[in-house]
Amino acid sequence: MGGGSSPCASCKLLRRRCAKDCIFAPYFPPDDPHKFAIVHKVFGASNVSKMLQELPVHQRGDAVSSLVYEANARMRDPVYGCVGAISYLQNQVSQLQMQLAVAQAEILCIQMQQEQPPAAMVGLPPPPQDEKSSLLLATNNFNSLQQCLGFASTSTSVMQDPLKRESLWT
Amino acid sequence: MNSGRCAACKHLRRRCPSDCVFSPYFPANNPRRFAYVHKIYGASNVGKILLDLPVNRRAEAADSLYYEAYCRIKDPVYGCVGLITILHQQIHNAQCQLARIQAEIGALSTQSQSEVQQFQQVENVGPSFLPDQNGVPNSTSFYDLSTWFD
Repeated sequence: MGGGSSPCASCKLLRRRCAKDCIFAPYFPPDDPHKFAIVHKVFGASNVSKMLQELPVHQRGDAVSSLVYEANARMRDPVYGCVGAISYLQNQVSQLQMQLAVAQAEILCIQMQQEQPPAAMVGLPPPPQDEKSSLLLATNNFNSLQQCLGFASTSTSVMQDPLKRESLWT
Repeated sequence: MNSGRCAACKHLRRRCPSDCVFSPYFPANNPRRFAYVHKIYGASNVGKILLDLPVNRRAEAADSLYYEAYCRIKDPVYGCVGLITILHQQIHNAQCQLARIQAEIGALSTQSQSEVQQFQQVENVGPSFLPDQNGVPNSTSFYDLSTWFD
């Protein structure tokens, strides 16, 4: 931005003239100085400039957004940054996949029992007490569910971890 | 000693002091590790981040910086944020699927219970409707059909 236009946030912070073709200007407007400040603190203006120059123009906006996100995460959590969030989300995915496996096994058990109606349904006398029959049914369910769960698989890590660990932090 | 330099000081072509902040976390046998973090963050910023932390947290910080740098080099547009987006999507899909399956379980259980109840109702009508072995009608019928046979 040249002429009488206000310099972008990066050029203001770096105290330099904001050129017409300033690579930062489209993404770091002067009304949001904090955005560039945080990116500069974590990555450095020079590195950000190099990264943006290596990208086609139509992808630079997304790249800046993700850099701002990572920089904010690193400021909030200087030890883990975004990696803390990734670890937490991976954990959630694993838990949900376990719950899914259990639920799918439960459905299979119910379907199996519905395909083979209990003896009472085919003309034989019912069991003497309702409590006994429901307890027997629950026990059969549990045993079948245990067998079914033997085939349930746990989730594997989503990403190929460059640190070569099964989970992010062991 | 040149042979004792860490990967950072080798990369930066400088002497590696005994209190080098990088040397515990960027050993000489893994030059790529420092090269990645230097490319994305710069040695100066990495040094500042590490120095701002207590010593017992620096190893984890170095690991996470390396991981994020690695993700950024693999995906220059989104870095590890791309992975976060994917994980959020996976969570959403799994939650929808789980809700669907739980609804199905509920429906199957309800259907199964109502079938058993209907059968029990029929059972109650049938035998109790018919007289017992002594020819005396049962008085415990669910439907009071006794008046039909007065």
